[in-house]
Amino acid sequence: MKFAFSPELEAFRQDVRRFVADTLSPATRAKVDEGRRLVKSDYVDWYRILHAKGWITPGWPVEHGGTDWSPLERYIFEEETALGGAPPVTGGINMIGPVLIAFGTPEQKAAYLPAMRRGDLWWAQGFSEPGAGSDLASLATRAVLDGDHYVVNGTKIWQTQAAYADMMFALVRTRFEGKPQEGITLLLLDMNSPGLSIQPIRTIDGGQELYQCFFDNVRVPVENRVGADGKGWTYAKYLLGFERHGIAGIGHAKRQMARIKRVAAAEHDRGTRLIDLPRWRDRIALLEIELMALECLSLRLIQESEAKGAGAGPGVEASILKIRGTELRQDMFELLTELTGPYGIPFDEEVMRDGWGNGAPVGPAHAATIASNYLDSRKISIYGGANEIQRNVLAKAILGV
Amino acid sequence: MDFILNEEQTLLRDMAARFAADARARQEKTPEAPDRRWSRFAELGLLGLTLSEAHGGLGGGGVETMIVAEEMGRQLLTDPFVPTVAVAGPLIAALGEATQQAQLLPALAAGDLVVVPAFLEPEARYDLAQVATTARAEGERVVISGRKAVVLNAPEADLLLVSARASGAHGDPEGLCLYLVPTRTPGVVLRAITTLDGRPAAELTLNAVTVEATARLGPAGAALPAMEQAVDRGVAALTGEAVGAMAALFDLTAEYLRTRKQFGAPIGKFQALQHKLVDMKVALELARSVAAAAAMAVDVADAEVRRRFIAAAKVQVARSGRFIGQAAIQLHGAMGMTDEYGAGRYLKRLVVIGALHGDLAHHLERFAASTEPAGPRH
Repeated sequence: MKFAFSPELEAFRQDVRRFVADTLSPATRAKVDEGRRLVKSDYVDWYRILHAKGWITPGWPVEHGGTDWSPLERYIFEEETALGGAPPVTGGINMIGPVLIAFGTPEQKAAYLPAMRRGDLWWAQGFSEPGAGSDLASLATRAVLDGDHYVVNGTKIWQTQAAYADMMFALVRTRFEGKPQEGITLLLLDMNSPGLSIQPIRTIDGGQELYQCFFDNVRVPVENRVGADGKGWTYAKYLLGFERHGIAGIGHAKRQMARIKRVAAAEHDRGTRLIDLPRWRDRIALLEIELMALECLSLRLIQESEAKGAGAGPGVEASILKIRGTELRQDMFELLTELTGPYGIPFDEEVMRDGWGNGAPVGPAHAATIASNYLDSRKISIYGGANEIQRNVLAKAILGV
Repeated sequence: MDFILNEEQTLLRDMAARFAADARARQEKTPEAPDRRWSRFAELGLLGLTLSEAHGGLGGGGVETMIVAEEMGRQLLTDPFVPTVAVAGPLIAALGEATQQAQLLPALAAGDLVVVPAFLEPEARYDLAQVATTARAEGERVVISGRKAVVLNAPEADLLLVSARASGAHGDPEGLCLYLVPTRTPGVVLRAITTLDGRPAAELTLNAVTVEATARLGPAGAALPAMEQAVDRGVAALTGEAVGAMAALFDLTAEYLRTRKQFGAPIGKFQALQHKLVDMKVALELARSVAAAAAMAVDVADAEVRRRFIAAAKVQVARSGRFIGQAAIQLHGAMGMTDEYGAGRYLKRLVVIGALHGDLAHHLERFAASTEPAGPRH
């Protein structure tokens, strides 16, 4: 045990930090700083910068463009990019990417992986359905073989940014008898397929990032099946177990902590900064301590799994990081809304996209986006396996009952 | 930050775990006198853990102290490891003149000398500078008068490390001295008490206690920074001790959920109880992680970094300790309320640790005071 990181890791951290500071678009960073909404170009421009540097897919095998970083380096990379205000790497890169590498055909790998790395191919995720949320195996979207095509009917829901997507990876039911898990197949669908339509869902934060997707006799070539028919559940579990190093969201949490302090230093009560009033300062300090403890836990779990040679990062303990990481960030957003006081009440959807534009700001600039960000943050304990499901998983692992 | 124990630390942990488990088993069968128990610590070298090899020690630091303290907490031992090995020993090593060190430290390592700090006073809560006890020079001697509150393990101690004010106003950071006061000195009055978790302690009154001027440890009037650092070592060790107690209590509770049957099933089948147990696990792992960071931070030169990590660990441990202690009683149902079952012993240990060397409010204040609006990167 030793307090300091190795000089090599410290140098790596500085490299990443400098790279983000030097290359990330200031306009994108400003949006992230102010909690405004990103658009597709914010993501894709950043992916192209990462690709040029060779850092777009650190977790992939080296022969497919990975960096061969240690788990700790990957964790530091995720933390520093988030801390520096970069958009998260999403669009399927760390979800369907590893599945294709492990289970895809040579043709699928050639068709998709390079395009994903270049930022030219965005994936939507087709897992949840109106009747299949936490109980994902009960999914009912059906695919029936018709010659060399599957014919897909049904619906998928809660797809983030489906309008950006070129392709969708979807779990569909190809067999209807036996255990529910055994009849599931993983298909790759072109978003432009005839019969495929999407509909946005407005969420409580005023955003419109989620979609429902409908399949009306959508024809999918058999060569777009990943792996074997009926093995989709195995691939989905592989997908969900990948890239859990950064699951606590330490970089994001640190950004929010800095934001809390900025807001608490800008807001005053009877002439005193809120950050200097013990009633507020203690609450900030408690969250900061929780953040430190969680950061220590993240580092410890990564190092322990590395020492054990597990290689794939934290196992069931990742659920601890998911639970605490999401609940801590939610507590931070809750405090942010309280810090803004009365100017947390006005809401203008335009501000979320473009800032105040030409109109005069209402209230302090930092207050305009906080209520929406707070409402948006309620999703993080729901997606990726609701925290109650994470608790079930952990309890089973602890108790063996 | 590297959280993995090296080979020597792993050996130390295994040895300390065996030792502490044996000590508890022996104590429950036929209780031994405190000095007999203490000499067993010495036989394994645990009392010299933090001392240099020249003084019969092992040259360990915060991490080694934490490792042993954790095993003591797991077995609920009451011996003065934290006061003597984590606080007093390093303080003598830091401040003592060569003759004092040569006289005291080998004896401490050998188990022949139990030294405990007596810093806090009845009105001072946890502020080390609030010292009303006075030290007045009389020729070659010093006369000490005052009171010290809840001095842990004082009844077992040979020597008290007493803070006293030689100059300056009450609360002044300057003007404090440390004196080595044998407990048998005329004028030393110990009112022995037992703590909530079964440790010997005492309220201490010093009625014009006269010692030689050479009994002073360290420079005159400037003892506070070293006292603070020594207490930080104690806090880091206590957080380790708390982690041991929490871990044992968590295991005890999980086992109860596996075996206790109601409604025809182990109660661990019920989600309401499962989720509470998981929250205990989360609280335990957070506390364990930040306590380990604090143990590593003990030996860091930057006082600000040290303070932040140690204060954070004490706050987290206070919160996790209460939560785990209370949840464990709840999950055991009425059985948890019985004195015989033993879950309550862990809760009591955790409550006591929460109140030792600064409670949640005290360390939250220290942490918050070091917080800059912009937020230092750590």
